Amino acid sequence: MIVALPIAALVWASRADGLGGFWSAVTAPEALSALELTLAVAAIVALVNAVFGTVIAWMLVRDEFPGKQLVNAVIDLPFALPTIVAGLLVLALYGPHSPVGISVAYTRTAIVLVLCFVTLPFVVRTVQPVLHELDTQMEEAARSLGAGELAVFRRIVLPSILPGILSGVAMAFARAIGEIGSIVILSGNIPFHTEVASVYVFNQGQNGDTVQASAVAVCLLALSFTILLGIGGLRRLATRHERA
Amino acid sequence: MNARSRRYSVRLVGLGYLAVILLAPLSMLFWRIWAEGAGKAWSAITEHDTIHAFEVTLILCAIAVPLNTLFGIVCALAIVRRRFPGKGLVNAFVDLPLALSPVVVGFSLFLLYGRTGWFGPWFTSHGIQVLFALPAMVLATIFVSVPYVAREVVPTLREIGDEQEQAAYTLGASSWQAFWRITLPSIRWAVIYGVVVTTARCLGEYGAVAIVSGSISGSTETATLRVQDYYENLDQAGAYGVALLLGLIAIAVLVVMTVLKPNEGVA
Repeated sequence: MIVALPIAALVWASRADGLGGFWSAVTAPEALSALELTLAVAAIVALVNAVFGTVIAWMLVRDEFPGKQLVNAVIDLPFALPTIVAGLLVLALYGPHSPVGISVAYTRTAIVLVLCFVTLPFVVRTVQPVLHELDTQMEEAARSLGAGELAVFRRIVLPSILPGILSGVAMAFARAIGEIGSIVILSGNIPFHTEVASVYVFNQGQNGDTVQASAVAVCLLALSFTILLGIGGLRRLATRHERA
Repeated sequence: MNARSRRYSVRLVGLGYLAVILLAPLSMLFWRIWAEGAGKAWSAITEHDTIHAFEVTLILCAIAVPLNTLFGIVCALAIVRRRFPGKGLVNAFVDLPLALSPVVVGFSLFLLYGRTGWFGPWFTSHGIQVLFALPAMVLATIFVSVPYVAREVVPTLREIGDEQEQAAYTLGASSWQAFWRITLPSIRWAVIYGVVVTTARCLGEYGAVAIVSGSISGSTETATLRVQDYYENLDQAGAYGVALLLGLIAIAVLVVMTVLKPNEGVA
């Protein structure tokens, strides 16, 4: 009741002006630019997460160093911290009064940075358990047969953790698309430059432009659904892989 | 490159990334408070509107968390133990708030309870204010935090299987007894963990509540909205003061999560 009804109302409102109205609302220059920016930024963030998330997961499972438990605990921090605080902190460090002399405030770089902060745990937390369960015997066998480290990783480790990486990346991508709290303060929300889709929906909604806002909102909704279905598919694929 | 230097380089890359992305911004929380002056931050925290904002946040948590805990357990039981038509759909809807933008959530509620919405006119004619008041904010908070308890409980339920419950039934236990005596004790860590995550999510919610609350100072403003309010009024000390308080709560949540984690086994 709580989840489905509002969604139904949203879809209903978006088609109030018919399909043509919906289409022209989505392809309005400002809406289009916001959607493009959102997708591009989310894609970059997903890619960064795929690489560094895997590195961190590997480090946490295979490496031993003092303070590892602490690092492991800190990974979850972006889940616990209100996103608006995350935005404020990134702005404090990489903003106008930056102590390190780097200012990226009100640029697209800032959006990527703060989204990397917010989405950090996803890939780490999906890859970590898989890597933990992975038997090292296969890797040792490959090594003793003369395989280089790169070959071992690419042919033995990567295939097993790939479903984990992908579902983590998909969650990070979904989160990056929908994120608002961390972005509002940091990006300046300049139309055609740093205004992302969720902020666009927010602003149009506040201005009372229901058709514009709901059209873009439905696009975001469709994206979320697609990503969820994709993750479901991945999960089935992964369990089939296990059974085989 | 030998094994040792490879391991060190992976460690360097991983920790370096964490330092730049995560720890450096976090340290700013304390540094900025110190730079702005702790006194100013303290007076911002103890200001009437700020205290009220935290009260509103607490009320939202107090309503949303128990409801979602109950709902999450029921939902998880239904998903794991029962077969019914449309189960896949229910599953998808429970997970949806994880992937959906909170703005979309807020805007949908705005449409549903707005002046021209499906329910808006009915509530207005009965003199109940939903939008820009507590009810809509509660709905928004519940919506965004629906999945967390269910998601923690589902895997645990799958793992423990239903043999013990079956045994209880054959010994004449009612389904209520079986739940209280068998099922609940075995999933309790998952439930507690889910509750902690749900609470964190409710405390930090911004996007959905921002739309439906109208963020009126001293009335419908939550703690996270208060941070933005201070920031936009160029009151840096106030913004960082409230942020620090929220950050400390987050760290407390993190500590609880870390302590609880070993109890749920290898997730």
